[in-house]
Amino acid sequence: MLKNRRQFIKKILSIAAYSLALPSGFLRPSLANAEWQKEKFQPKDYAKIIEHLYGNTQFIESKKIKFSRLPKVAENGAVVPISISSTLKKVTKISILVENNPHPLIAEFYLSPAVAPHVSARIKMAKTSDVIVIVEAEGKLYRKTQFVKVTKGGCG
Amino acid sequence: MSSIKIRTKRLEKTTQIRSLITHPMDNGRKKDKQGKLIPSHHIQELTVKHNNLQIIKCQMGGSISKNPYFDFLLQGGNIGDEITISWVDNLGKTDSKTHIIK
Repeated sequence: MLKNRRQFIKKILSIAAYSLALPSGFLRPSLANAEWQKEKFQPKDYAKIIEHLYGNTQFIESKKIKFSRLPKVAENGAVVPISISSTLKKVTKISILVENNPHPLIAEFYLSPAVAPHVSARIKMAKTSDVIVIVEAEGKLYRKTQFVKVTKGGCG
Repeated sequence: MSSIKIRTKRLEKTTQIRSLITHPMDNGRKKDKQGKLIPSHHIQELTVKHNNLQIIKCQMGGSISKNPYFDFLLQGGNIGDEITISWVDNLGKTDSKTHIIK
């Protein structure tokens, strides 16, 4: 156990500092040290995954995020092209989520300042759903949503 | 043969990096002809390096389409710069390829 009062106070202070730093973003995984976490990509409820990833942080609906390519009606859910670009500055992370997918989190892109905030990929969609893109810039979370109708599902 | 194809195109202020990877990207929900589930086999992590400096790290699950395609925009980029793309999948397999901007 802790021997004396001084040690005890030290310990308490360090725990307090740690728990304060945690939500404010100091210890968020960045480009260099982020590790692939199984829980993030497991089949889960959309609301739960949002809570797991971002806690209670409020999203700012932003027009500065643009889907330069994303169909309103996707004929084949196995291959839905998506292209995201943004005019926000200092973008560090772009996440793609599909609300009604069994695995709602599709991918997370950690970007360094050497890269323009632009990402394209091809994603799978099980059924008609909202596609949500969350952009993290300067510690704030920006969100943009588009409804995509899927004619033929692509999740097996 | 490498599973990764990289193409770059120099634009006005940026360089477009396009990549195509050959990978099944099974998410563990699809069934084969006998009705058995195909176990999940998908890329977990993709990294892009520019002259040995890590510029992009992408983490993904099985919801990225089969034979995934990605494109990114690099700020600047000169002729002769090296772009290296590598991936690791959930079975521990890995591959990497280096491309020189022309």
